[in-house]
Parts: sequence; structure tokens; C-alpha cells
Amino acid sequence: MTMIFGIPVQALLGQLLVGLINGSFYAMLSLGLAVIFGLLRVINFAHGAQYMLGAFVGYLLLTYLGIGYWPALILAPLIVGLFGIVVERLALSRLYDTDPLYGLLFTFGLALVLEGIFRYYYGVSGNPYAVPPLLAGGTNLGFMFLPNYRGWVVVASLIVCFGTWALIEKTRLGSYLRAATENPRLVQAFGVNVPLLLTLTYGLGSALAGLAGILAAPVYQVSPLMGSDLIIVVFAVVVIGGMGSILGAIVTGYMLGLAEGLTKVFYPEASNLVVFVIMAIVLLVRPAGLFGRDA
Amino acid sequence: MAGLSRRETSAGTPAWLEWTLVGLGIAALLVAPFLVYPIFLMKMLCFALLACAFNLLLGYTGLLSFGHATFFGGAAYFTAHAVKVWGWPPEAGILLGMAGGALLGLVMGFFAIRRQGIYFAMITLALSQMFFFFCVQAPFTEGEDGIQGVPRGMLFGVLDLNVSLNMYYFVLAVFLIGVFAIWRIVNSPFGMILRSIRENESRAISLGYSVANYKLGAFVMSAALAGLAGSLKAIVFQFATLTDVTWQMSGEVILMTLLGGIGTMVGPIVGASLVVGLENTLATSGFPVTIATGLIFMVCVLVFRRGIVGELYARLLKRQGKH
Repeated sequence: MTMIFGIPVQALLGQLLVGLINGSFYAMLSLGLAVIFGLLRVINFAHGAQYMLGAFVGYLLLTYLGIGYWPALILAPLIVGLFGIVVERLALSRLYDTDPLYGLLFTFGLALVLEGIFRYYYGVSGNPYAVPPLLAGGTNLGFMFLPNYRGWVVVASLIVCFGTWALIEKTRLGSYLRAATENPRLVQAFGVNVPLLLTLTYGLGSALAGLAGILAAPVYQVSPLMGSDLIIVVFAVVVIGGMGSILGAIVTGYMLGLAEGLTKVFYPEASNLVVFVIMAIVLLVRPAGLFGRDA
Repeated sequence: MAGLSRRETSAGTPAWLEWTLVGLGIAALLVAPFLVYPIFLMKMLCFALLACAFNLLLGYTGLLSFGHATFFGGAAYFTAHAVKVWGWPPEAGILLGMAGGALLGLVMGFFAIRRQGIYFAMITLALSQMFFFFCVQAPFTEGEDGIQGVPRGMLFGVLDLNVSLNMYYFVLAVFLIGVFAIWRIVNSPFGMILRSIRENESRAISLGYSVANYKLGAFVMSAALAGLAGSLKAIVFQFATLTDVTWQMSGEVILMTLLGGIGTMVGPIVGASLVVGLENTLATSGFPVTIATGLIFMVCVLVFRRGIVGELYARLLKRQGKH
């Protein structure tokens, strides 16, 4: 058996794969947070709850309506996105001219309510969600065994991340969005409907969380608590990357997933802590974050 | 941060009225254990002290910490360990817990004050989650079980804290000292500088104040007082568990302060009493507590950001303005 630093290659690659999967979710979620924060100046604490919601929508569609994975892959983000739009219209839009911390507190309350509702009806134990038949099984790559679904998650998250990046950096709608981030009043004066843009942005961010949720459903258990623990790690990711750049959020997400995987190989006790330790180091060396613009 | 903080509105209420109310409050707390279940009152006082300590940071310095559970729960662990395993007397255990809380505050504050606003909140949350994972793994916290069966012991070697009333009056005394300390801090020259940082940080810097040091100082004081509350709770309930170091606990403290009134002296006490009371009621009804707290959060933020006491003060001021 081949060894690297006294660790069997298989174990190393296996953990790196797990890290890459986790990193995919960090990247998708921190991307959504960055998109929302960029325009709305709101830290969406409910992002983890919306991710959980996405997974549960998939699970409920399958259990009660018999709608399978592939339609759910479209429906779940759509439903979560619509939910986000309603939340933005009814509540968040009333908070834009207050301190940004109120947006954080409101979405924190929303997260508690969502989590509480699902916990009340479904308990804390996870519900399994089967891998779609098309992606069942695995592929032998010669040096390791890759479950097909996990490979799909990595590919899908890359598509989602770079699709969103292209939407924001390369399209007309994206250019409005970026302009509104810089100076919302001026953009409004040019005749762009900024309030609508804000609503759509929150909807898009929520939909991204929902999509991450349905992607995660077959990998992790569908549980009411799946989002809240993840979101805190994603906050640390966002602090490390800085929310100034979309690409920065994506890259940081994948990097930290891999760092976590590596730690699991070499020093498993610290694998929960490594993201936070990296955050502390980044704060010491580069307080604005790796890709941050605003200190 | 100006939008978050409210100017100290109590300046408009007549001094005699305030002192009468404070006197009445203390008198009520003195007779309360004969009317209400003392354990419930002690729980309320511990959380009220915690919320006041938190408010020192949010209300008077404008820093939203999402990590106060670390100081509260961490201090509870230190005290419980010192009293149970090392056999320390309760007063020494509480002092140790408070010192531990201050130390944790120094470390967390050192990192967190490097960023402002929303980032500050996220950093404190992340670091406090890190402490939570540490507590899950560290041997001295006894994992999922927590430290159980902590002896209450003899206070100063003479007062038996196993007697419920003795315990209650000790908690009340510590609570009053803690709140008095916060009141003194807030109204000292140091507190004035904290408020100027809250109102306009850049101006405070340009006036020559080393804002970072003041923020760190406020953070450590707040952490020490939150630790005092946690230590007290460990002695009262005779255990320290993971619940007290979770992010949900940090959120609960924020809720108490927000509900009562950010930046008022009495607000956090009112808020803490209401939240603890509500939880006690809900515990028997079967309605999930998280849904209730989440809803109160949303309603507070949307409808009355000044909180109950802040809203009352504002009404009172308005009425005075009319005459």
C-alpha cells in the first residue's frame, strides 16, 4: 500500500473527497450569503434553515407526492426561493434603513421558528433520502472507490457556483446588481427597479440555499438540525474569505472543506475546530479577509 | 452603530421616581421567595445578571456579541469543577469562574474587535462554537452528562447554602452587586467613552481615544460579569452542562435584552424575567420553546426595536415634551 507521510493514500484521498463534498456545500452556502449581503447588507442567519428547508421539501415531495429527486432538484429551490421572496417583501424590506444587525436578528428568529416547526413534527433524528437510481453505485477510479452521487455533488456544486458567478459578472441583470451594490440610489435614478432587484436577490440567495439542501439530502440525513450547525461554519468561511467577492467566497469554501478533510487524516480531534482556527489566524494576519475589500 | 443604540432615555424621568422604583423592586425581590418558588427566582436573577452584562456591550458600546454563552457556560464549568473536584468553597469557585469568564473574554475579544458590526457578531459566534466543540471533547466537562451533583457548600465557611433561603439571598446580593457595578461602569468616564464609541467610532478615534483598547476593556468586563452569572447558576442548580455553552443560549441572551430594551438599565432584567417565565410556562404546555422565542425575536425586530422598557421611556418622554 502506498503511503504519504505515514498515511495510506486511500485514507488520505477518502478524507479529501469528504472534504471536497463538505467544501462544495460551504462554497454554495457562502456564495448565497455573499450575494445577499452584497446587495441587501443583511447577514442571512436563516440561510442554514433555508438549506434544511430545501432538503425537507425534497423529502416531503417524495414521501407524500411521490415526486422523485430530479423534479425536486428544480422544485425545492423554487419553493425555498419563493419563500425567501415572501419573507423579503413582508419583513426584511422594512429593515433596510435600520442598523444591519437587525436584519441578522430577524433572520435569526426566522431560523429558530423554521427549525422549531420541523423539530416539532419530525423530531431530531434524521430521515434517510435515497440516492436516485441513476447515480446509485460507484466507480472504481483505480486508486479509490468513488460513490457516483458524491461525484455528482461536486460537479453540480461547481456548475451552480460558476453559473451564479457568470450570472453576476457576465450578464446585464448581474451588472445592474453590481451597480446597485455600489450605489443603489444612483441606479434607481437611472430607472432600474431597485426594490424588485433586492427582492429577487434575496429570492436567489434563498433558492441557492434550497438547492444546496436538496443536493445534500442523499449525502447527509434530512434532519431539522442539519442547517444550524453548518451555518456557523459557513459564517467562519465568510469571515475568512471576506464577502467582497463572489469568486472569493467560492474558492474559500472549497479550500476550507479540503483543509477540514486533511485535518481529519492527520489530527482527527481538531477537525471540528480547524475552520475556526484558520479564521483566527486570518483575523490576525489579514483582518479584512483573504478576498475582502471592506475592513 | 447609531441606528442600533438608543440614547439613554432615563435621563428624562425624574430622579425620585427612578429611585422609588428601584427601592420597590428591591423590596419586592426581598419578599419574593415567600410567594414564589425560590429556584425559579434564582434562575431569573442569574439570567437577568447575564442579560445586564450582555447589555453593557450591546447597549452601551454598540457591540453585538453572539458568543456570551461561552462566558456563561464556561464559567459554570470552571466553578462546578473547582467546587466538586477540588473541593473549593463556593465563594472561591465563583471567583474562579468569573476570572475564567474574563480570560475567555480577553481571548475572544482580542480576535473579534479586529472587525466591526456584522463581522464582529459572526466572529464571536464562530469562536463560541469553537469553545462548544472544545467542551464536547475536553475531559473535565464530562461530555454529554455535564458536571452533576455540585455541592453548594458553606459560604465563607459559615452560611449553609443548602438552605434554600440562604441561597436565594446570596444570589440576590450577588445580583445587586453585579447590576450596581454595571451601573457604575456605564456612568463613569470610561462608560462615557464607550458610549461615544457606540455613537461615532471614527470621531472617538479622531479625538485620540484608543478605541480598540476601550472595546476590549468593555468586552472583558462584560465577559467577567456574564461569567459571574454562570458561576452562580452552577452553584444554584448544582450542575454545569453543554446547554449553557450552545449558540442557542447566546441567542436567548440577545432576545432577553432586545425584548426588555437595549441600552436601558432595567430593560434586560425585565426581558430576562419574561423569557424565563415564558419558558417555564411553555415547558409544561408542550409548545416548542424555539418557535416561541423565534417569533418574539421577529416581532421585536419588526414592531418594537426599543424593547418594552425603551418604549415606555419613549412614551414618558413624549408626554413630558407635550407639557
